[in-house]
Amino acid sequence: MAFIQLKGITKKFGGLTAVDNVDFEIEQGKITAIIGPNGAGKSTFFNLINGFHKPTSGTILFEGKDITNTPVHIGARLGIARTFQTTHLFEQATVIDNVIVGHRLRTKSKLYDAIFRTRREKQEEQIAYQKALEVLDFVGLTHMAKAPVSTIPQEAKKRVAIALALATDPKVMFLDEPAAGINPDETEGLSQLMKKLAASGITICTIEHKMQMIMGLADKIMVLNHGAKIAEGTPTEIKNNPIVIEAYLGGGDPVAEVNRHHSEVRGV
Amino acid sequence: MGKIFNQRNIIILLILFALVFPLIYADNRYVLHVMTIGFIFTISVYGMNILAGYTGQLSLAHAGFFAIGAYSVGILTTQGGLNFWLALLLAVLITCATGFVLGLIALRTKTHFFAIYTLIVGYLIYLLIDKWDGLTGGIRGLIGIPIPDPIGPITFESATSMYYLVLFFLLLAIFVAVRIVHSLTGRTYIAIRNSEDLAQTLGINTTMNKLVSFVISVAFAGLAGGLYAALTRFIGPDVASTHMVFNFLMYLIVGGIGTLSGPLVGTMLFIWFEQFLKSYQEYHMLIFGPILVFMVIFFPSGITGGFYKLKMKFQSAKNQKNVRHIKSIPVKSTKE
Repeated sequence: MAFIQLKGITKKFGGLTAVDNVDFEIEQGKITAIIGPNGAGKSTFFNLINGFHKPTSGTILFEGKDITNTPVHIGARLGIARTFQTTHLFEQATVIDNVIVGHRLRTKSKLYDAIFRTRREKQEEQIAYQKALEVLDFVGLTHMAKAPVSTIPQEAKKRVAIALALATDPKVMFLDEPAAGINPDETEGLSQLMKKLAASGITICTIEHKMQMIMGLADKIMVLNHGAKIAEGTPTEIKNNPIVIEAYLGGGDPVAEVNRHHSEVRGV
Repeated sequence: MGKIFNQRNIIILLILFALVFPLIYADNRYVLHVMTIGFIFTISVYGMNILAGYTGQLSLAHAGFFAIGAYSVGILTTQGGLNFWLALLLAVLITCATGFVLGLIALRTKTHFFAIYTLIVGYLIYLLIDKWDGLTGGIRGLIGIPIPDPIGPITFESATSMYYLVLFFLLLAIFVAVRIVHSLTGRTYIAIRNSEDLAQTLGINTTMNKLVSFVISVAFAGLAGGLYAALTRFIGPDVASTHMVFNFLMYLIVGGIGTLSGPLVGTMLFIWFEQFLKSYQEYHMLIFGPILVFMVIFFPSGITGGFYKLKMKFQSAKNQKNVRHIKSIPVKSTKE
């Protein structure tokens, strides 16, 4: 049984086919990467698995269970976590205050518990607080726990977002461009963090534009173009895949080409 | 520790002041009445704050629910002949039930669409009260609402006793608001205000939580409305007017939206301000208007929000020194 299995996933927005009949499997405990040019449908692909969008056709299985039409918050409870390209953190609050709510889905306290401050409420607040400390330690931000998010560097914000996802006790974590907007040194640090996550038993699936990072990190890569899967395989296979080189990268060294392509796109 | 002690001291002082206040003004019914009205509005604004300030959903039907609470007490006591306390309890329940049904529909919309939708709902409630002559007395309003029935030896005939009664409910409302905000439930609301998308991916059922927050919010409005009916003993359809809801909103914004002391500060400040400017009648808006514009531009988080922001700036300036040294954080390899 595949960990996550997508069968014939198609998503149409009006006349635009954002994801076109994609079959894909994500293996447990591995790092899977999805690459492709801007507008290839990568983020839509994430949103489909995550539950923000319902596919036009096709099914998604998570540990053998059909989650095609499962709402986002139920997916999260099953163990699907994700981060966003923009971190969406609450800038005025401290790092730890941002992260505590991440464990909320594993607690049961209701309004009644809040008003009467029941024993369950107190215990669960403590559990959520401990969990926050634990995940901040995992991502290496213990020393920034009390700093307001607005005062910490961009790279640390990315780590807070990962810590927040980690606090939900996920089985799989979808990272939408975790290394966007940070420098090469910091990118290496994030690669290390992703490896550490995978080593701790969390399956990682990431969208990334930084090819060097991905080639050294991923166990498996899927290439999307115009919503369709044009290749999948190990980094070496992708590098040498004639379809990827010809149809998508336009010949030459794929890594260099993709990097060039994206620097052009971003006007760097 | 010194800081917490300080904050606690201020709260104790405020409560003591509120308790002693009627003794200072024992012979001045007017001052007591204004204060009591202010407390009632504060309760309502606390409700608005939970939904708009903490959950991020600006409902402009709040005065409508205030009116539902007021009219429930009015109708149940005058036409139903019910005991005030039972009527007040029923009023809160009726407001909650109405809020639940309307919230189910209203919360299908988001952001400014939600604000516009609820503004319309509020106006419909006003129209309903205004036109339903048989039940609400229409434009003539409801008169002769009885004062609260005595509880044992305690009677509520004097202005002072009404003051203490409302003060009790105000403290209760603040207590409930503080408990909610400082709980996991409160953190859930703040997460929704911050980003609904992120909250969903954290496993938060945003629809359900927004609905519960909406119902809590209208419960405050219903309670405040019920007390208002008993205090003024006359209510007209204007308690549901849009003028009323924008007053609540003004108190909340000036006091500090999304802060725990904001509703109290904003409401009491404006209530007294309004009294001082009473001689200018409608023209007092010429003074309120610019103040509001000034506040929104320079202190978007209100008086208390601005105060906390300054405090935080001061603190983070201290922290900044420590943070700047850390650029990239080496990650320890997993030991296994």
